[in-house]
Amino acid sequence: MARLNEDNVRLATEIIGRYPRARSATIPLLHLAQQQDGYVTNEAIAHVGELVGATSAEVLGTATFYEMFKFEPVGKYLINICQTMSCALLGADELMHHAEHKLGIKAGSTTADGLFTLEHAECQAACTEAPTLQVNYRYRFRVTPEAFDQLIDDLAAGKLGDEIPPHGTLAKIRQRIPADRAVGAVDPDDVTEAPAWMPAPAGPESDQRVGA
Amino acid sequence: MANATTYPWTPGFYAGDRPRIVTSRFEYEDSHTLTRYLATEGYEGLKAALAKPAPDVHEEVKNATVLGRGGAGFPAGTKWGLTPPGVFPRYLVVNGDESEPGTYKDRLLMERDPHQLIEGCLIACYAAGLSQCFLYIRGEMPDAHERVATALNEAYAAGYVGTNILGTNFSVDIVLHWGAGAYVVGEETALIESLEGNRGMPRLKPPYFPAAIGLYGQPTIVNNVETLANLPWLMRNGAEEYLKIGTPTSPGTRMEAISGHVNRPGVFEVINGTTTYRDLIYGEEFSNGIRDGHELKAFVPGGGSAPWFVADQLDLPLEGRLVGAAGSMVGSGAVMVMDETTDIPKAALTLTRFYAHESCGKCTPCREGGTWLSRILERVCAGRGTMRDLDQLIEVGETICPGAFPHASSERLGLEAVPFPYKMTTICFVGPSAYAPVHSALTLFRDEFEAKIVKRTSIPVSAAPIEPVEPVVAGAH
Repeated sequence: MARLNEDNVRLATEIIGRYPRARSATIPLLHLAQQQDGYVTNEAIAHVGELVGATSAEVLGTATFYEMFKFEPVGKYLINICQTMSCALLGADELMHHAEHKLGIKAGSTTADGLFTLEHAECQAACTEAPTLQVNYRYRFRVTPEAFDQLIDDLAAGKLGDEIPPHGTLAKIRQRIPADRAVGAVDPDDVTEAPAWMPAPAGPESDQRVGA
Repeated sequence: MANATTYPWTPGFYAGDRPRIVTSRFEYEDSHTLTRYLATEGYEGLKAALAKPAPDVHEEVKNATVLGRGGAGFPAGTKWGLTPPGVFPRYLVVNGDESEPGTYKDRLLMERDPHQLIEGCLIACYAAGLSQCFLYIRGEMPDAHERVATALNEAYAAGYVGTNILGTNFSVDIVLHWGAGAYVVGEETALIESLEGNRGMPRLKPPYFPAAIGLYGQPTIVNNVETLANLPWLMRNGAEEYLKIGTPTSPGTRMEAISGHVNRPGVFEVINGTTTYRDLIYGEEFSNGIRDGHELKAFVPGGGSAPWFVADQLDLPLEGRLVGAAGSMVGSGAVMVMDETTDIPKAALTLTRFYAHESCGKCTPCREGGTWLSRILERVCAGRGTMRDLDQLIEVGETICPGAFPHASSERLGLEAVPFPYKMTTICFVGPSAYAPVHSALTLFRDEFEAKIVKRTSIPVSAAPIEPVEPVVAGAH
């Protein structure tokens, strides 16, 4: 697969410009790569490295730390079933057991048709709605076995396309900083003064004046 | 109060007849839009702040004792004051990497009232002289990303963010940053590492606060989403009004998520310092008791990292020092309730496995210890444990946290409380957090662990094979 395409390089350049150091854009750019190809390819890792001024090894080192980045193809729909405390107290194990049987695969693998990947997940910050799951990080709350079956059938029938974009699409809406309103990245190499709105610090001279 | 309202489009959230500082707009379906925000005193706090010199705004926040809502409870105004004088630029990093088990408030605040957070960021930048703001949102929360991105785009277009805000010389960019899934990144120095494009591992201390040396080596303030969301109200109403709510040491309100075996799991904005755990779990206007008339067995009072409480501690209020003296912490505002049907060793395993999985691997006691705690617990839960294993759990725990570990008192067991904090051999709290549930469960419910071991000797040959427990992937990062 591929390096970032032209549109994504333009977007990547825009994102990099927001940070005082290009390397800060590593994770957002990896997301961009994953959105483009569904997972993070070796070519994309090298390309991100070129864009942020890091070696492939450095980018890979960063990327492998984070749960969301995948380095081989996953299903079109990544299903994460929460296994942490509140969900575990309210049936997460049973839900996982049911999900494995419905999909016919063990957690951590992908269905033969390439449609679904099933994973254990950690706390999804929706603990009062247990048990929860996410499909491509879009929530489903208080999931019963029946609701799970319905979800899988709907996804397989392509009914939820609007609601649940393919794996890798993090957010459909992006931040855009208009050029005429942008302050620009504040680089410690260029800026050492207090910002304009801060009153000048009382130095020894001004102290004397106050005392006098 | 029976008239507490639930809002179906914000699952889990319940309003109620209480002071609402950060959730006042949740009742509107369009609470996330600029139109609604401006119609409900939006950006008035920023205007009030900009009308005053920056140091006065800082002073006001200090006077109000706005406690950090991320878990440690450090006062925001004091934190801002730790930046070394004369060193610029300084940065603001907003911690929206909410992933503590049981906790969800920052996600709701970002999804339901993103402008309030943006306004809070602006007030903080103005008051503490911070030149650029990075808003780090957990990767697994695309809805929050979309809401905050939309709000930022609106706010830039309307002149609330960017150059010469509201016609003044106050100029600051707020950059939305994406996380990618790592619990430890919620630790503030790990957050900074991640924001610099690195693996999200906590930095060696000292310096203890990134306020001295943080992002790109510059003074950096890291504040939690809920903390910042308090600032617009504070600026509109003043420290005096803020201090009228709650107690002098824990003023204002805080978001509490109550989950697990309760009749009405939910997120509530409650009065800080005075609301008790009994109110939260049994109060009609809150979670309304244990499900199906069951009995309370234990509860986690402040997120997965907190040592557990039992019924003896129900009357404690949400007050940091009191809860600390009783052996746990108010933490990140998450109560997880277990009724008497709960398999305690297994419940401890779900939490310990979480922390073992989320260990970044930098400190040996956490990387190895957390993994071993999890493995030993797994075999105990699977009926393959020995009595020696129970001692081993404590031995491993003591390599992470030497000395007495905090726990609750128990009349039933004749136990005195051991107060917070603990000693630790790790840089951050992930390691101790792996031990906390094990230690609490073993201290308060040792009989349940022993029962699992005794059972091992009396399984009839004809019994079904014991289900293996899910293996932990060691060092998954």
